[in-house]
Amino acid sequence: MTQTPLPDSQRVVVTGLGATTPLGGDVPTTWSAMLAGRSGVKLLTQEWVETLPVHIAAPVAVEPSEVLPVPLQKRTDRGSQFALIAAREAWADAGSPEVDPERLGVVVASGIGGVTTLLAAYDTLKERGARRVLPMTVPMLMPNGPAAQVGLELVARAGVHTPVSACSSGAEAVAYAMDMIRSGRADVVAAGGTEAAIHPLPLAGFAAMQALSLRNDEPERASRPYDKGRDGFVLGEGAGILILETLAHARARGARIYAEVAGSGISADAHHIAQPDPVGAGASRAMAKAVESAGGTPSEVVHINAHATSTPVGDVAEVAAIRKALGDAADGVLVSATKSMTGHLLGAAGAVESIATVLALHERTAPPTANLEDLDDDVHLDVVRGEPRPLPAGDLLALNNSFGFGGHNVALAFRSYSA
Amino acid sequence: MAASEQEILEGLAEIVNEETGIATGDVQPEKSFTDDLDIDSLSMMTIVVNAEEKFGVRIPDDDVKGLSTVGDAVSYIAKASA
Repeated sequence: MTQTPLPDSQRVVVTGLGATTPLGGDVPTTWSAMLAGRSGVKLLTQEWVETLPVHIAAPVAVEPSEVLPVPLQKRTDRGSQFALIAAREAWADAGSPEVDPERLGVVVASGIGGVTTLLAAYDTLKERGARRVLPMTVPMLMPNGPAAQVGLELVARAGVHTPVSACSSGAEAVAYAMDMIRSGRADVVAAGGTEAAIHPLPLAGFAAMQALSLRNDEPERASRPYDKGRDGFVLGEGAGILILETLAHARARGARIYAEVAGSGISADAHHIAQPDPVGAGASRAMAKAVESAGGTPSEVVHINAHATSTPVGDVAEVAAIRKALGDAADGVLVSATKSMTGHLLGAAGAVESIATVLALHERTAPPTANLEDLDDDVHLDVVRGEPRPLPAGDLLALNNSFGFGGHNVALAFRSYSA
Repeated sequence: MAASEQEILEGLAEIVNEETGIATGDVQPEKSFTDDLDIDSLSMMTIVVNAEEKFGVRIPDDDVKGLSTVGDAVSYIAKASA
């Protein structure tokens, strides 16, 4: 299909990347670990672990306490700390653009919000009384806290937003940011997601849903999307932030451009509160819409960073959705499941995986899927495994899929950029 | 035995430092919490709660309003813990 090309003032490009993940305290470390197929999953050593069926998770590689001053740590939830670290890196990586604060926006998602702050404050209330509940408790636990902290850090006044759609929240933030720029509300937006939920309560809840891998004796091999032996996801934590701006703004300041945010597709299943639609109809519609809104065709899609969390049902439902959305063109797509290394970062997943997708296009390299030893018979896709694989030259489209409990589906379409 | 005013000043300075990053040496008796140290009301209440815990005293909210300088707080805590 053909579309009138958007003017440079409405084309949205990525000019900065920042992250703190189970694989590294910044984007270069995270990306090189991904290319090496390294896992960030570990055996947890906290005392409470013995009370749970699951003993593994993917904590951040660099503790925020190593990076942030004590007063800031005491005034912010762990999720806000991750977001601030990622935002600082992304902003510096973009060259600290000069922008009118009223034209600068922030969209930082979270799946669960300040859950560790909330639960610690409740423990304090029960054990020591109301007087000991600190006044920063509410600003710390509110789900929009990370976005607001990043907004304060960057002095962003065009609007500060927090989409919440479980595990698709981070991708929804990128889609929202693209819309914010295209609709003329901002020239530059820091967009992404954060999550800090490695705590016995969320772990117990996910375990009760039988959503988590119980491969406690082999932490690094536990997250294994598309493998016959997969038995659930591994909870991870971290944040990813992308600096988005209009092509006109990026060109005017001579910024390095990683890729273009070309389109997005958002849909809802209305099927079940937590289970994916087994045929992936909603997910398929999201992908088709993303390609269409990018002005592209299925045959232009060369790479997909899949949602692929390593659950038995979810992984194959997504495969069906990809094949439905792209038809035979799906045969030419290199699919990567980077959660095999990062674990599942919930509200940060779509952001960190957007960064991986953008870097795959920028460096023409699709990262491998770790732990894929015995491909599920129902996975009829070219899954990258073992080693990274090169992407072709030319004008390319790549998709990043994110789906969330609640039946949320978000597909983002990124286009390679050459000046 | 109750803490001396000097010990209270030092303990309070540590609490202020942890909450705000202000150097402990800058937390002096004549300094105003709001005008000199630029401490907002949320931080002030956090400092009060932490001071209550540290010195084993109770500082009712109505009394906090009267504590404009670091010296006021030190004297209050010294009296309350005597």
